[in-house]
Amino acid sequence: MDKPIAIELKHITKTFGAKVVANKDVTMDLRKGEILSILGENGSGKTTLMNMLAGIYYPDEGKIFVNGEEATIKNPKDAFRYKIGMIHQHFKLVDVFTAADNVILGEKMPEYSVRKEYSRLQKKYSEQFREIRSQEKDYIEKGGKRFSKEHDDLIRKEARIVTRAAIHMGSLGWIKLWKHAKFNHLSRYRVQTLQKIVDTYGFELDLSKKIYEMSVSEKQTVEIIKVLYRGADVLILDEPTAVLTPQEIKKLFDVLRKMRENGKSIVIITHKLNEVMEISDRVAVLRKGEHIATVLTSETNEKQLTEMMVGKKVDLNIDRKDPVDPKPRLFISHMTVLNKDGRRAVDDVSFTINGGEILGIAGISGNGQKELLEGIAGLQKVQNGEVIFHNPKKDKPVTFYHKSLKKIKAMAEEGFFHYPNGEKVDLKGKKKKEIVRLVNEEQILFYEDEIINLKHKSPREIQQLGIKLSFVPEDRLNMGLVGNMSIVDNMALRSYRKGRSIFVNKKKPKSLADKVIQELEVVTPSDMTPVRRLSGGNVQKVLVGREISSSPKVLMAAYPVRGLDINSSYLIYNLLNRQKEKNVAVVFVGEDLDVLLALSDRILVLSGGKVAGIVDARSVTKEEVGLMMTKKQEETEKEETENA
Amino acid sequence: MRKEFKHEPLFHISKRMDISTAQKWIIRLSAGILAVLVCSLIATIFTHNFGGFFKSMGSGTFGTAIRRWNLLEKLAILLCIALALTPAFKMRFWNIGAEGQTLIGCLVSAICMFYIRGSIANPLLLLISFVGSVGAGMLWGFIPAFFKAKWNTNETLFTLMMNYVAMYLVTFFISFAVRSGSGVLGYQPFGHLPLLQIPGLAPTGQKFLLTVILVAVLVVLMYVYLRFSKHGYEISVVGESVNTARYIGINVRKVIIRTMLLSGAICGFAGWLLVTGARFTVNKDLVGGDGFTAILVAWLAHFNPLGMLLTAFLVVFLKQGASQLVTDFKIGKDYFGDVITGIFFFFIIGCEFFINYRINFKKRTVKAAASSDTENPSEGADEPSAEAPTLPEAEAASEEAVAANREVE
Repeated sequence: MDKPIAIELKHITKTFGAKVVANKDVTMDLRKGEILSILGENGSGKTTLMNMLAGIYYPDEGKIFVNGEEATIKNPKDAFRYKIGMIHQHFKLVDVFTAADNVILGEKMPEYSVRKEYSRLQKKYSEQFREIRSQEKDYIEKGGKRFSKEHDDLIRKEARIVTRAAIHMGSLGWIKLWKHAKFNHLSRYRVQTLQKIVDTYGFELDLSKKIYEMSVSEKQTVEIIKVLYRGADVLILDEPTAVLTPQEIKKLFDVLRKMRENGKSIVIITHKLNEVMEISDRVAVLRKGEHIATVLTSETNEKQLTEMMVGKKVDLNIDRKDPVDPKPRLFISHMTVLNKDGRRAVDDVSFTINGGEILGIAGISGNGQKELLEGIAGLQKVQNGEVIFHNPKKDKPVTFYHKSLKKIKAMAEEGFFHYPNGEKVDLKGKKKKEIVRLVNEEQILFYEDEIINLKHKSPREIQQLGIKLSFVPEDRLNMGLVGNMSIVDNMALRSYRKGRSIFVNKKKPKSLADKVIQELEVVTPSDMTPVRRLSGGNVQKVLVGREISSSPKVLMAAYPVRGLDINSSYLIYNLLNRQKEKNVAVVFVGEDLDVLLALSDRILVLSGGKVAGIVDARSVTKEEVGLMMTKKQEETEKEETENA
Repeated sequence: MRKEFKHEPLFHISKRMDISTAQKWIIRLSAGILAVLVCSLIATIFTHNFGGFFKSMGSGTFGTAIRRWNLLEKLAILLCIALALTPAFKMRFWNIGAEGQTLIGCLVSAICMFYIRGSIANPLLLLISFVGSVGAGMLWGFIPAFFKAKWNTNETLFTLMMNYVAMYLVTFFISFAVRSGSGVLGYQPFGHLPLLQIPGLAPTGQKFLLTVILVAVLVVLMYVYLRFSKHGYEISVVGESVNTARYIGINVRKVIIRTMLLSGAICGFAGWLLVTGARFTVNKDLVGGDGFTAILVAWLAHFNPLGMLLTAFLVVFLKQGASQLVTDFKIGKDYFGDVITGIFFFFIIGCEFFINYRINFKKRTVKAAASSDTENPSEGADEPSAEAPTLPEAEAASEEAVAANREVE
């Protein structure tokens, strides 16, 4: 408590436009040698507040004090002058450079001024010249002979100095040019300094490694070293753990603790409570841009923090019921999907998705999750293997929804259908009208589940079978929704084709939109508001609401809670659970392992596009999953190098 | 050291999230008034007659009945081409080949008129030339669309190049058909659009009236097509996000090709109107840059067919008025007309910036900020993009500027 104050924020207010108040009258402080967590939901102004310290934004009102003195931080350069460094969520590194190059990037070599150098040399050479001259004088005065060997030597020395001076001073321009051209001049000299930083804080990093060869955590390390190298005393880390595995998080925290011992002040922006409890000395809670309180971590608990963060009591339990009669819904065998560059994003993956069960998919982001789901949904070409769908049609009527009359006739001939009384359907000799009547009256039923290979089906056909995809929030406006269209129009995306009219019928989408808005508590001025104006959570609700409304059989949700506040997140979890209870096969791609473990029934771990393992979510631990996420990758890399 | 960076930035630019229609029109109107003022002042420097500017501008377009009809005809053709561009642009298919698509329509009409002549009845000839021109326009639209859909070629370059193909085909046809070697195809006496007679308005029959009516119908049709039809809906979805379109199962290739067929067809139709309704001949400059001006017309109206009525009128009015000004006051050459048009569009396009962005000046008093409401604090708080202009918008703006530049040159 007695540590001196490093930074003080007083009455900071920042607004965007007229309406959006990102920070309102925030007053808080940061002490030397402490780790301060800034806790708050998405959109509570954590990042904006810290960006003002890092010089990215300028506060509308209020003052910042650094070491007790008022500071004006207009740009990142100013921030560095005050020894404040920020590590952003998105790394700003040059891919083809090494770690060392990236760290020293932007640092200027000492200015080489020709004029200064000229006067320095002039002084130097004239001194030398004078010295020899005086020697010569002495020699003569002492009665030395002119034109003797000794005298000649002195004269020659004088001449040599003059020549050297002329050459040296005449070529200053060339020297300057040479210094500019000397590539990599800096990194060669700075590597030692950098290595010292790496050693002091116990980073694990090879400074000569290129960025594109690095994992996310290594890239983050480079960013941290960059800030340290520039002499920052205050480090601000923006959600540093979001992209890391449990093991990597542990390492990062060790490093942070060492920094604290070295007297650095560290700010961690986060919304994960367990991490806050683990690492920080104090916690500052922000809500809707306002500073609620700063408390000592040792004197608080997760529940209290959540309440401060959300503003009301929240039930943080996910109600996971045991799956009832899980039956295989989708068989995926030896599926391979190529990404844009032609690399195998999904590599020979086999697994089963059951109805009435949530299958969690874990993995470091970018390890084939997106391609896997898109492959199943028909949005990406499946190169190899099969995707076989068991349409749960047993004793259910056939419809014209995705079967033509011709197809139904052919299937009846092969003996696929029976009447409600159990008799086999024979359509031979029946008139078209009669068959249509039978189908419409739901008199023709399936004997068995329908087995359909999805491999060569179009996305539309697959969706009509009830396989629905709900996508990542950051992609949600890129895939799934149209940002500039209203909620109603976005609801129409699924259903606009229905009917013979050449015009789009907006009545049904409108009622659906109103229903979703009401049931999922979407916050919007009206149902005609463009979707891009909504906040992340509300956009996600619109998308999930639409996908669920068409009563899917398989629901795939990729990162459905990314960027959502706690309330919305739990609403989505509950929605998924409700779908599971309706016997829907739910696939949930998540990044928060705690949630994955609490929500799913089984967890499939992807690593490098391959299945690293399928485990029971009730018995596995976080660490085990974390290991699987990374281990396999290293093994395959090893194999590759051995093969090479 | 502290004094060195004491003052905060003077102003910053932020994106407007919500602006009412009334505000928009106030900004546009004031930009228009400002433009007129600046134009008139500059004109006064040359003419030494402040009122003369307004008089010439007015008389250039409305002075005589012929001028009024000319205005309507030019308006109709320009509007027709702009309408053709609209679905393609809404789909983010940057079709800058309207010039060529129209010209090839003109060419086919002229070929029909030249070779068939009076050998069949006039309505039949008109029908043949109509089918031919529309078909040719469709072909000119289809080729780049096909390559775009199949191999994702750059449609901007492709459509631009197709303009030149059309131009040289016209030259080729003329050198082939006109034996005298003069390189000018004369007046074709057959296959004209019929004159319409309306008591009071056009008692002796007006050759442009049918054109005007046809285009007016087209405006309404296009408005309905884009606004309410399933096709129009698909076009918007493909334009906004190809991924979403694929996701919901729209066949993107089909939509691209279909839309460009439509776009080309309307261009061909415009060419047909131009030749059979007004010019009765063809040469390679017949469309006269209207294919490019139409881009400006469509953009300025934000792809709203009804809005295009206004923007197209503005464009034609300025052109006619400015050329009248040049004739009345004998100011050098045509360049002065272009200067006037350029200044006008500078203001009109420039005001879009103030519609999309707000300039926030340094707050002098603390009170003003304290009273700002706290209605929606969370939205966009974490996004730096709230401050910086987004790329697509900037691009769009520059595209408009390019179109305007072409106009000026």
